This record gives sequence, structure tokens and C-alpha cells, in this order.
Amino acid sequence: MTNHWVDIKNADVVLIMGGNAAEAHPCGFKWVTEAKAHNKARLIVVDPRFTRSASVADVYVPIRTGTDIAFLGGVINYLLNEDKIQHEYVRSYTDLSFIVREDFAFADGLYSGYNPAKRSYDKSTWDYEFGPDGYVKADAELAHPRCVYQLMKRHYARYTPEMVERVCGTPKEKFLQVCEMVGSTSTPTRAMTIMYALGWTQHSVGAQMIRCGAMMQLLLGNIGVAGGGMNALRGHSNIQGLTDLGLMSNLLPGYITLPGEKEQDYEKYVAARAFKPLRPNQLSYWQNFNKFFVSLMKAWWGDAATVDNHWGYDYLPKLDKSYDMLQTFELMNHGKMNGFICQGFNPLAAAPNKAKMNASLAKLKFLVVMDPLATETSEFWRNFGEHNDVDPSKVPTEVFRLPTSCFAEEDGALVNSSRWLQWHWKGAEPPGEARPDLQIMGEIYTRLRTLYKSEGGTFPDPIVNLSWPYAVPNSPTPEELAKEYTGRALKDLTDPKTPTQVTRKAGEQLAGFAELRDDGSTLSGCWIYCGGWGPAGNLMARRDNSDPTGIGQTLNWGWSWPANRRVMYNRASCDPSGKPFNPQRKLIAWNGATWSGVDVPDYKADEDPALGMGPFIMNAEGVARFFARGNLVEGPFPEHYEPFETPLAHNPLSPGQAQTLSNPAARVFPDDLAAFGKVDQFPHVATTYRLTEHFHYWTKHVRLNAILQPEQFVEIGEGLAKELGIAAGDRVKVSSNRGFIKAVAVVTKRLRTLPADGKPVHTVGIPIHWGFTGLAKPGFLANTLTPVVGDGNSQTPEFKSFLVKVEKL
Amino acid sequence: MADVTRREFLKVTSATLAGSSLALLGFSPTAAIAEVREFKLARATETRNTCPYCAVACGVLMYGLGDRSKNARSSIFHIEGDPDHPVNRGTLCPKGAGLIDFIHSPSRLTHPQHRAPGSDTWQPISWDDALDRIAKLMKEDRDANFVAKTPEGLTVNRWLTTGMLAASASSNEVGYLTHKVIRSLGILSFDNQARV
Repeated sequence: MTNHWVDIKNADVVLIMGGNAAEAHPCGFKWVTEAKAHNKARLIVVDPRFTRSASVADVYVPIRTGTDIAFLGGVINYLLNEDKIQHEYVRSYTDLSFIVREDFAFADGLYSGYNPAKRSYDKSTWDYEFGPDGYVKADAELAHPRCVYQLMKRHYARYTPEMVERVCGTPKEKFLQVCEMVGSTSTPTRAMTIMYALGWTQHSVGAQMIRCGAMMQLLLGNIGVAGGGMNALRGHSNIQGLTDLGLMSNLLPGYITLPGEKEQDYEKYVAARAFKPLRPNQLSYWQNFNKFFVSLMKAWWGDAATVDNHWGYDYLPKLDKSYDMLQTFELMNHGKMNGFICQGFNPLAAAPNKAKMNASLAKLKFLVVMDPLATETSEFWRNFGEHNDVDPSKVPTEVFRLPTSCFAEEDGALVNSSRWLQWHWKGAEPPGEARPDLQIMGEIYTRLRTLYKSEGGTFPDPIVNLSWPYAVPNSPTPEELAKEYTGRALKDLTDPKTPTQVTRKAGEQLAGFAELRDDGSTLSGCWIYCGGWGPAGNLMARRDNSDPTGIGQTLNWGWSWPANRRVMYNRASCDPSGKPFNPQRKLIAWNGATWSGVDVPDYKADEDPALGMGPFIMNAEGVARFFARGNLVEGPFPEHYEPFETPLAHNPLSPGQAQTLSNPAARVFPDDLAAFGKVDQFPHVATTYRLTEHFHYWTKHVRLNAILQPEQFVEIGEGLAKELGIAAGDRVKVSSNRGFIKAVAVVTKRLRTLPADGKPVHTVGIPIHWGFTGLAKPGFLANTLTPVVGDGNSQTPEFKSFLVKVEKL
Repeated sequence: MADVTRREFLKVTSATLAGSSLALLGFSPTAAIAEVREFKLARATETRNTCPYCAVACGVLMYGLGDRSKNARSSIFHIEGDPDHPVNRGTLCPKGAGLIDFIHSPSRLTHPQHRAPGSDTWQPISWDDALDRIAKLMKEDRDANFVAKTPEGLTVNRWLTTGMLAASASSNEVGYLTHKVIRSLGILSFDNQARV
């Protein structure tokens, strides 16, 4: 979230699209209720299903799954045509005036530089035009035909209300009603928040859907203000933390990217990430990249990380391609992996195409499962009848199942959707011989270190030199680790201006990332968390819930990254001179000498606004980008592409072009391509979803929740039920080209038949919560049905749109 | 006393002690017996925690028996929303309201287990045997398949034949330590639920 849960109460309009907060995030949704009750907010819900969020909305709008870019592009077109944009904001705080290269082009759904054989782009033309001073050229009048404003206007002119209706199935008048409500927040004194979740991420164009929402918010001046923002409602209690800490195939902690194998030179690796400003007097904060990187390397390799070995840069593995989860299981399925560890992750249930998952796991030599619960993955080799029809004697994988503690049995910090790090405390011991994950990882590492020290082996250096200063080496404590990932001084730090003055003594915790150095004198395992455990102690454990102005800013509750800031980009809540756009919802302001207020300013604290520094200090431009340059694989402006399994034969927005039916830049493996189904065999559109009584594949092990929702069902609309003669309570079989599930049919008015390019399409809702272990009635893993294709950028699987066939049993 | 079990012994002695000390304090045994049974909550230890499900991260109060003294084994018997928490203000959803049943789920794993290749059952295994064997399997695979340089001579130091999925319900400290260990080994195939 750019903002935070409580801040939702400040919104005038709430748009829930690609999410269902009332059921999936009920206690966070209460702040929507608060905004409605006390701020006269109006709630819009756009969803294929009439959810419980929709049931309390002022306007509910149905949409065919996977068509959100067509819808949002239509809203952008409306805002530009009707002049519902926040002029001062977009002129000063965005790239609308920047001029794009002459050779950049877009036609028939494709951008310049497409290579159909590689299914990817040469993105060199997707860039600005630079002047002789090295800065981006701009036209403040927004009249230049190649300025971002004019290009964007042309791009979305095709997204007419009629096109929205044709692609999304949304009635034109309903769509225009939404446009009008959204457009009402283009005034400086009204704000809209967007709340989204997996309904946007789990598509082959998920990242571009989210970008499209963010562009809409920028046009309205709704980013950086109280009651505004782009608010991702994240799914797990620490999914934000694990992302921040970089537990992804291509990341290091703090959104530092791993080097590619061509990056053999450490200095060049740093230079490519320490972005130089693209406009005059911009902060471009990533210029400090090397301080963050060196401090990380000191946290990991301690005294073995020196200036002479480039702080251990060679120790880091170098990428030749992405090794995301879909790629991993592809390699596994081709017999190219031998070992795998699942720590609190149940991929047999969570990854697409269960049959492929079963086959892949059976090709491993060994599998280690660490979990508090008996997951399906740990028993993938066992026969559970038609729910898991395997022959154990044909599965040669050696499996270890290690019992772990759960949340109630450990201390530590979790990071919520609002980026708050909150400490929690242990209340009991784990059952039986179960152990904390920290101990298990400590035991595995110290054993490996002993083996490499005693018998040698391949490249032991990064293992035997890993900094391991923990009092009990096989069981590090949460406190030791929290102090390490936040950061401390390794030597006395002195003020660069007066070198005799010691600002931080060796061994002291640091107050923030501004103290980090690139000379090896500081350590911080995750620079964005620096200060969370500071000189004054563990700020993540603070419990002062006071909110002095009533705007919902509890700055002394826990600690929020970065720098305890609660609303990101809050400089943009003020006009260029530093006055709040909306004095009623003031976050910060310029007082002539400094920036201050009820939030930590997202800006240089003493920067005179007259000098023109932009509010988006992490961007080299200093402003927000409508034109993404080469940062996304599909192109600089979001374009609608159909899901990979679609009921349509042509993309209505680029009908003459076969390559643009679905995302032309998404990666698809040949076996998975062959496993896609076609609409003639699988005529119904399916979308997976979550129930308020269950959490993923976890609460079927929990008695209360297993009682509340005991048995697997699928939801179908009355139109499909009538067509197939299905009554509520009948059992049905739902098949895709990859497998089938059987479940009870729930027939509702909540899923309606929508026209897709004029042809009626039925949508089937598939709750995901059942499986073959646990207390609820045994069922099928929903991912038996889902296709293996990910978003072109994030590789998040397309679980929200695929084709099935429903049959009565 | 030879025929009295340890449990019976404790029962007898504690009853005697309770009786005698209450009498010393001036309470008659009859009055003590007539007293209404006190609420379990009154003698519970309260611990502040965070709901482990979605990322609203509601504050929860856990109530456990056992006062954290040495040899007292705590057991949590009640969980409710933390009224001081600025987001959930004491409330919980249908998922969070069932947390107590997660902690005590019959599906909780209590002992390390091992499934041999081709077998259709689990066998118990000691922690040391399991961890020794896992470390040995990992080292064998790493030593055999680690790529220090590509054929073109690029230094890449990667180990691609073993991978890991980490848990986005685990704490920052677990995530951080896991990342540190995994990258030191050269593993690239490494994700968490944020990928899904």
C-alpha cells in the first residue's frame, strides 16, 4: 500500500477492483465502512462476481474477468476527454510534458521493436528524447505531438465507452456512472483510494492492470494524499516482509536486484542501479545504491567482505534468466532439479496445473518440507483416490517432513500491507518436538559449514565466510537478526563536514538509512528497514496508538518503512509551493525552513520547494511516469490483451493481429502452451476466488473454519444452471484441458452471463480452499484446473481467467 | 507411599497443603469450597501477537495457562482481538476468530518424519538424523552441480539443481536468515508466496 489501512477512512471515493476486501480482508474493510459512515464516501465495486464488498457498494459494475485494462483505459480516455484531471498536479509531478523518441511507435496492439520468434521486444525506442545537457526534453505546453500527454491521449482514444462495453460486457451507462464518480476526485480537495488484490495480480497482464490503475490515480492527483493511493491488499501476514527482504529469485533485500551473468564488473553493476537525475535538481535517491549494497554485503559476509574483493560481489550467484516458481517447476518437470525445500509453502496446491506439479515433484531426489501443518505437498506421493491418484511405489523421491512452530510460539516482526513492522511475542512452546524455523535453518547451515570446513567441496568460500555472530550458532534469536537487518555502525562514524565529531559509535544501532556508508563502516541487512531497531531500541514493538490530529496517523505504533513514513509520496499532497492541496487533510507542509507535519516527509527535509525538486524522489525524473520507458516487458502504456484462455477469437482492440490476442511478451513454455484449452471444447470462463471463512489451503486444518465451510463447491450463475439443467446442490464436474474437479453446485444471481464481443459468456466461480489433507471434507485442489502462464513481468500465474467445461454429474 | 503414583502423590499433598494453609489464614475449608470457580482468564498470561493470516495484521491477545515460570508449560486456550490495535480495534474476522483451533489443530506436526523412496508410509526419524541426511544430500548435489563459470568464462557461482520456496507467513527474522543462508549457497531458484 502507498497509504495504510486506517487512512482509507479519509477517502471520498473508494474503488474496489481486483479484490474483495469485505470477505478477504474483513477487518481492513471496516475502514471503508468508516469512510462511508463518517466521510460520506461512495464505494464502487467492479468485479465479475457480486461479492459481499459489492453488496454494500453505492455502485456495482460487472466485468468479464481479465478485461480490466480495457475498463481502466476507458476511464483514462474519459478523464482526458472531459478534462477531469488535476492540472497543477499532473503538470508539476508527472512526465506528461516529456518528449518521447521519434522512432517510438505503436500499431495494431504492438509497440516498436517486437520480435515474434522471441516473443519479446527490443525496448530501445521506448525512451525519452534527451537534450544536449543530458536531461529529458519537455514541452510545458503539452502541445508537442510526441509529448507523453499527446501520446497517451492518442493511445486511449480507442478505449471508447462502446469498446468498454464490447470487451468487458459492462453496460455503457454503468461504465459512465463509474467514470463520473471517479472523475469527481480530480479536484484538489477530493480523494479516491483504490483497493486491489489478486484479482489484478493473477493475470497474464496483471502488472499492467495495476499500472493502469496507478495512471488513473495520477491523472486525478490521488497519489501521495490522505485518502488516496494505490493500495495492494496483500495476502499473507508477512508477504510484504518477505518481498521487502527479497526472497524472490531475482532479488536481494531492499529491492536490490541480483546481478545478471553479463554483469561481471562490480562498478558497472552499481552504476546501472545508481540512477543519475534525468532532470535538473532532482534527488534521484537510488544514487545512494552502493551504500545500501555494501551495508548488505557487510551484514552477510562481515570481515570477509572487503574493498579488495568488491565486498564479496563474486560470492553472489549471477542470473542467466529468471528462476521464478513457474520456471523452477518447468526445470523440475524436465528432470533438471534434484533437491527442493518447502518452508511453509504448499506448492502442490498453490502452483498451477497440479498434474504437472505431481510429475515434477516425483522427479526430485529429495524434498524437504518445513511446516506446522500436514500439507498436500508433503504427501504428494501418497494415494488419496481421485483427489491424488498416484502410485507411491513409482515415486522415488525421498521426503523429509520437519515440524515447525507457528506464530503463537515465536517472537518476531511481521510487515503488514501498510508497510508497518509489528513485533509479536511468544505465548507457548510448539507441540511435541516441533522447532522454530530459525533453529532449523541454523542447524542446516552450521552442518553444511562444518562439512565444507572438514571435507572441502566446491567453492566453499561464501559458505565458510558467511558472517554468523550468533550466541548460539545453531539457533540464532529473533533479536539478533532484527538488529542485523536494521543495521549498526561497525566503526565510529564521523560527520563528513567535521571529521572530529563522532555521530555514531561503533556497535550502535543506526537511526536510519541516511547513516549508511559505502566504505564498509556500516552494516544493514535490509536498508529500507534501517532504523526499525534504532539507537532507542526496538521501534517495531511500540504500542502507542495516539493519533494527535485524528487523521489516522499513529506514528508511534510499530514502525513503518521507509523511515517510519505512513503515506508514501506525501510531498505530492502539497502544491508546488509547499501548501497542502487540501488543508482539511494535511499530512505535511513547508514552513519556510523545513517540511513537517503528521507524517515523515517523503522529501529532502530542508529542500526549498522553489528549487523545483519533484516529489517522486526514487525516480530519476523526480516525477511519476505515465510512460513506463522500458520498465515493463509489454510496453510503456498498458494495452488490453485477452487472457491466454479466452472465449474470443480476436482482440477487439487489435482485431487484425493474431499475435496480440493475448500478451505478446508473456513467457509460455511449449508443454504448457500445448495444455491450453480452446473455447469450442471448454466454453465456460472460470475464475478462482476466496471465501471469508477460509484462508488459502490452511484453515481446512482448523476445526471452526472446517465446520463453517466444510465441503467443496463451485458457483455458477442462473443462466448456466438453466442451460445445463443444474439445480442448487447438484454435483458437477468442472474440467479444463489439464484435469477435473467434482464439487457441489451453488447456483446464484451473483455471477451473471455477460456479453463478450457480442457473444454471451458464462462465468464459473471456483473457491480454492479444499484438498486431500485436513479436517474439512476431502476435496480436489482447485489448481488441478489452472493454466501455467504468468504475468509477463512478475510471472504470477493466471488464476483469475481460464476456460473450463461444466457438466452435471 | 510405594503404591501411590506421582500424580496421586501431588494431588494428596497439594490438597493437604491448600487445606492447612487456608486454615492458617483464617479461612475455613467450607468457605473455600463454596467459592465460585474463578474465570480461567483471571489467572491466564496475556501475550500480544499478530494474526498470521492476511496482511491486515490484526492485533490479537492470546491467553495461556502457565505463568512462564521454569517448568510451567504454557498452553493457549483463548484468542481475541486487541482493542488497542489501531487497525482492528479489538475485532477479528471468521478466520482470525478460529485461531485457537489452528494452534491446536490435529494436523499440527509434532515429530520429524521420513518417507523413503517408493514407500507408502512415513517413518519417524530423529532431528539429528534428518538434519545430517539433509545436509549431506544438499552438499552432494551442490558439489556435483555447482556452476562456478560458464563455458564462455563468466563467473556465475550458481547452484541450479536445488531450490527453495520460503514462507510469507514466517517472520522477518526467519525470512532474513533463510535468504542469507540460501544465497550463500548460490541458489537462484528461490521464491515466496508473493510470486503467486
